[in-house]
Amino acid sequence: MMLEVAGLDAFYGQNQALYDVGFGVDEGQVRTLLGANGAGKTTILRAICGMVRVAGDIRFDGKRIAGWATEDVVRLGVAHVPEGRGTFLRLSVEENLQLGAMTRKGRREIAADIERVYVSFPRLKERRAQQAGTLSGGEQQMLAVGRALMLRPRLLLLDEPSFGLAPLIVEELFAILRQINAETGVAMLIVEQNAVLALELAEHAYLLETGRVVMDAPSAVVGADESVRRSYLGY
Amino acid sequence: MELLLQQVMAGLANGAIYACMALAVVMIYQAIDHLNFAQGEMAMFSTFIAWQMIAWGLPYWVAFALTVLVSFVAGVLIDRVLFRPVQNAPILSQIVAFIALFSILNSSAGQIWDFTIKNFPTPFGHKPLFGGTLIDTHEAGMIGVTLALLGLLYLFFRGTRLGLAMRAAAANPESARLVGIRVGWMTALGWGMAAAIGAVAGMLIAPVVFLEPNMMIGVLLYGFAGAVLGGLTSPAGAVIGGFLVGIIENLAGTFIPYVGRELKLTLALILIVVVLMFRPSGIFGRRVVSRV
Repeated sequence: MMLEVAGLDAFYGQNQALYDVGFGVDEGQVRTLLGANGAGKTTILRAICGMVRVAGDIRFDGKRIAGWATEDVVRLGVAHVPEGRGTFLRLSVEENLQLGAMTRKGRREIAADIERVYVSFPRLKERRAQQAGTLSGGEQQMLAVGRALMLRPRLLLLDEPSFGLAPLIVEELFAILRQINAETGVAMLIVEQNAVLALELAEHAYLLETGRVVMDAPSAVVGADESVRRSYLGY
Repeated sequence: MELLLQQVMAGLANGAIYACMALAVVMIYQAIDHLNFAQGEMAMFSTFIAWQMIAWGLPYWVAFALTVLVSFVAGVLIDRVLFRPVQNAPILSQIVAFIALFSILNSSAGQIWDFTIKNFPTPFGHKPLFGGTLIDTHEAGMIGVTLALLGLLYLFFRGTRLGLAMRAAAANPESARLVGIRVGWMTALGWGMAAAIGAVAGMLIAPVVFLEPNMMIGVLLYGFAGAVLGGLTSPAGAVIGGFLVGIIENLAGTFIPYVGRELKLTLALILIVVVLMFRPSGIFGRRVVSRV
């Protein structure tokens, strides 16, 4: 496994948010973390990136990265599209993309990658010189994904990519994510409220309840589970 | 009319001082989101270092370059040693740290170099420019250096990756970390650059106001006024604001009865209050436009 998490506890001050969480993502895989609000999905992504206090084991390529500084985890090739998208609102669209490649060298390759992002998201090209804060929600989400891809990541962490977007835009975004995974082989770990879409995209799912993994199974199995369907899929 | 022109030109000359200071103020503000109340004292201390080097016999430009370098390193150290430990402390604790820095620098300068005023040389001379009496060579040099600094900063922030990283770190530290930027070092770099700009400002101002430990207190207030007027988020705005403050100050002193020399400083404070009341982002400051 490229990313391996075992016995992970996480804390916000005195409050424990994760209990003995274990899961993994391998090279090129797409996996999803499902669960209700407050189940700890976002905390797991933040834990991987060194943004919360943790105990337990997080390994990337076998290296123990629990407690590492965020900047160092990024340098391993872990790109995180955070909750709220983390856009640099005052900077231009193109500057946002350039920032995504901040840890890389090679001016020409970076410029070529920016063009590649524009091919995936043509709307961004139209707005390349615009302040990112003036983009619509959907465009900002695409910019956030584009910025993450600029790292040439091996693992992409996506926190609620569908949040606040119109259904059509969400469909479009997920189609592009699927395509990116197929073309570049970047592994993805997706936190989603929209379980139907997430289960379509991911081959494997983990279900979280109050900070614990309560189900660990292929997406088809999770999607067919009676209680999951009733609680998270709504049919 | 001639009086007006003369006062505008004299205002521009003073304005260059404020513009330089305002530039340093904006640098720090961009890096740490606070005004640095010790900015003026840092500049004053740097100027004393330059004065000392010149007194030891170093040529002016060597002393100038060394002072800028020393100030940059000192700025980085001040951030690492003094402000990094309190970066998550409440705002009042941070302000206390600024005040501490202010008094430490002010009193040590007095202790080392005493409080008598000293002459500080200018590389530009004090000859009248274009044969007129409107502006002398030092004042013209000061304006030139300020504009050159502004140009360099613009190139740095718009044209280099490091400049972009610094802007990103200031605007959104958490996201900056997520793209791999070492935010703490960007802040330290901001301090270093502000200290270096302040050193340049101090060395340009000293030939006009004379060198002594309290030389910067008034100047810093004008610098704040210039930065607030132009916009705390805009280096170019700060420079223009600085020049404007210089001109406004001079014109008001000449044409409004009772203002005279004594109330000029009050005017700077009134300007700060008025700008903050009616246009908090300043003339050129960028307001964040966002759709939600």
